[in-house]
Amino acid sequence: MAGAANQHQTPESPPLLLLHRFPSFNLYFLPFLQTKYTVLDPFADPPDPSFPTLSKSARVMLCFGPTPVTSEDLDRYPSVEYVLGTSAGINNFDLAACRRRGIRVTSAGDAYSDDVADYAVGLTIDVLRRVSAADRFVRAGSWPVQNEYTLGSKVSGKRVGIVGLGSIGSRVAKRFEAFGCSIAYNSRKQKPHVTYTYHANVKDLASDVDVLIVCCALTNETHRIINKDVMTALGKMGVIVNVGRGALIDEKELVELLVRGEIGGAGLDVFENEPHVPEPLLTLDNVVLSPHKAVLTPDSFAALEELVRSNLEAFFSNQPLRAEVELN
Amino acid sequence: MLATIARRPHLSRPSFSFTHPLHCINQSIPPLPFSPQILNHLRCTLAARMEAIGVLMMCPMNNYLEEELNKRFNLFRYWKQPRPSEFLTQHAQSIRAVVGNATAGADAKLIEALPKLEIVSSFSVGLDKIDLTKCKEKGIRVTNTPDVLTDDVADLAIGLMLAVLRRICECDKYVRRGEWKFGDFKLTSKFSGKRVGIIGLGRIGLAVAKRAEAFDCPISYYSRSQKNTNYKYYGSVVELASNCDILVVACALTPETTHIVNREVMDALGPSGVLINIGRGPHVDEPELVSALVEGRLGGAGLDVFEKEPEVPEQLFGLENVVLLPHVGSGTVETRKDMADLVLRNLEAHFANKPLLTPVV
Repeated sequence: MAGAANQHQTPESPPLLLLHRFPSFNLYFLPFLQTKYTVLDPFADPPDPSFPTLSKSARVMLCFGPTPVTSEDLDRYPSVEYVLGTSAGINNFDLAACRRRGIRVTSAGDAYSDDVADYAVGLTIDVLRRVSAADRFVRAGSWPVQNEYTLGSKVSGKRVGIVGLGSIGSRVAKRFEAFGCSIAYNSRKQKPHVTYTYHANVKDLASDVDVLIVCCALTNETHRIINKDVMTALGKMGVIVNVGRGALIDEKELVELLVRGEIGGAGLDVFENEPHVPEPLLTLDNVVLSPHKAVLTPDSFAALEELVRSNLEAFFSNQPLRAEVELN
Repeated sequence: MLATIARRPHLSRPSFSFTHPLHCINQSIPPLPFSPQILNHLRCTLAARMEAIGVLMMCPMNNYLEEELNKRFNLFRYWKQPRPSEFLTQHAQSIRAVVGNATAGADAKLIEALPKLEIVSSFSVGLDKIDLTKCKEKGIRVTNTPDVLTDDVADLAIGLMLAVLRRICECDKYVRRGEWKFGDFKLTSKFSGKRVGIIGLGRIGLAVAKRAEAFDCPISYYSRSQKNTNYKYYGSVVELASNCDILVVACALTPETTHIVNREVMDALGPSGVLINIGRGPHVDEPELVSALVEGRLGGAGLDVFEKEPEVPEQLFGLENVVLLPHVGSGTVETRKDMADLVLRNLEAHFANKPLLTPVV
């Protein structure tokens, strides 16, 4: 029963679970899924002969990685009632198409939030204190030659602005508070019971802070929410850290401003066209570049696995789902 | 100087305080009720007297400090002397102050060579480069720069923890080398919730603890004596190391704390443990550290200090699980200026017979 699907799906067979992924994204916890579900993998090696037929009957799609789930995909798999995302962000899903078909969607919820918040703080300290650049300096053998390394900028006491005070943003705020930083934020709506200063738009927020942490969801409204005006408002000494999605920032503008020295620095875990990183950034010392790894710890993956297991069980036993995305 | 002022007839104004002769120079205190001409005269006299005071700066440490010392005093730059002992013999009678830092301070030999030495003002909080016993013996005052750099050093400690556990520097190198392949899933270690053990719960140790707590890290510490805190105390460094995931060195360097992190401690910390050194290089047995890291007996290290700076063991250069920094714990524009101002204010206070701001001896 476990392992590759057979042509004859009986009511006693484990429920079908359709995998949706790029070939290079391997689902590390696939073995556990295969013990409880009949996993249909479009990139199974050797190819699964029953995939074309059985995939049409699968009620659940597990989307691993940033693979888009488009209207066409949903046409191809007409029995899908539930799409399980494994990222905190679900910008790669055509949510309107899901809504039209009455398909339910869940994300990774806050499985990754601690790790992403930690990473945002780590990137900020790295940019301001030049940690990666100084490490390169030492490893190049430059310390005995040059004696002193360029001074950085103090982290404690900086004014931190958070774009998107959700699960990740609120954890970022809590961490920076311990550094004596003042916190301000922009969100779709002001949050009640939150004492941080609220700014109704991102440009106002940027003009009022030294560091801007971008951790909101990518939607039609937030696409390029960090544009030239916002970055100019942040100013020559300002630092941007992006742990959201590349498309939240006008990347071309960001690169130009960094190259011209009109913005202080940037810590970037995400880019508009991953894994492509704009070349001019590769030689700048006031940027820290990361290959979309803010979530990559065993703890985050364990939390995701637990969430996926429990949501799959919940779905197949008509129980409520966790981290469900509100589509209406 | 004060007696000279008192004797001048045109200054015969009854009962003004002799305790603040630099009153008129200090901008924040309203001047004594003298005419602008007299105040200016006082200012120039005192400035002239200060300019005659020989101050010996041990090594380049900060351009602003150097410029200000040069403006206010007769500045000698030790590192520029081609023949240091000759130089000392020649100028010994005029040098009344030494400005040192973490690299070079005032050892017994230097102190003996400067019979007019009155004060050593260190551009650092660490005092390991100053022979404090000798200074006490000879009545030489010593000042350092506590508090102003506490935040920076603690910030960097957290930055190192995150950089090592989350492999931030490695990630950056990987991207710059053009190696980022779609779907690369090398995992790194979560920082939040890790047990942080601190050696030395002084100003810096406490500041590290406060920050780590915001990441839900349980805090424990070792100190010469137990402190009045809720953090868990361990009576030995080995015990502390066995019970934490990240061990931070944040104590002062003394003969007792030299090599306080030895092989036994590193073995106790173990193959998934991480050592963060923001103290002094000699706190750690460096050859042991290198072999522990190279052999995988120690999980990783974030090092801002080394036994023989600026030399760093080259065997560390190829390791992914270490972050190496060139002693930048207080290396920010803001803090170095604050440190420099503190050195200057301590010197000015001393030569004006005012209380020192941050005396150690």
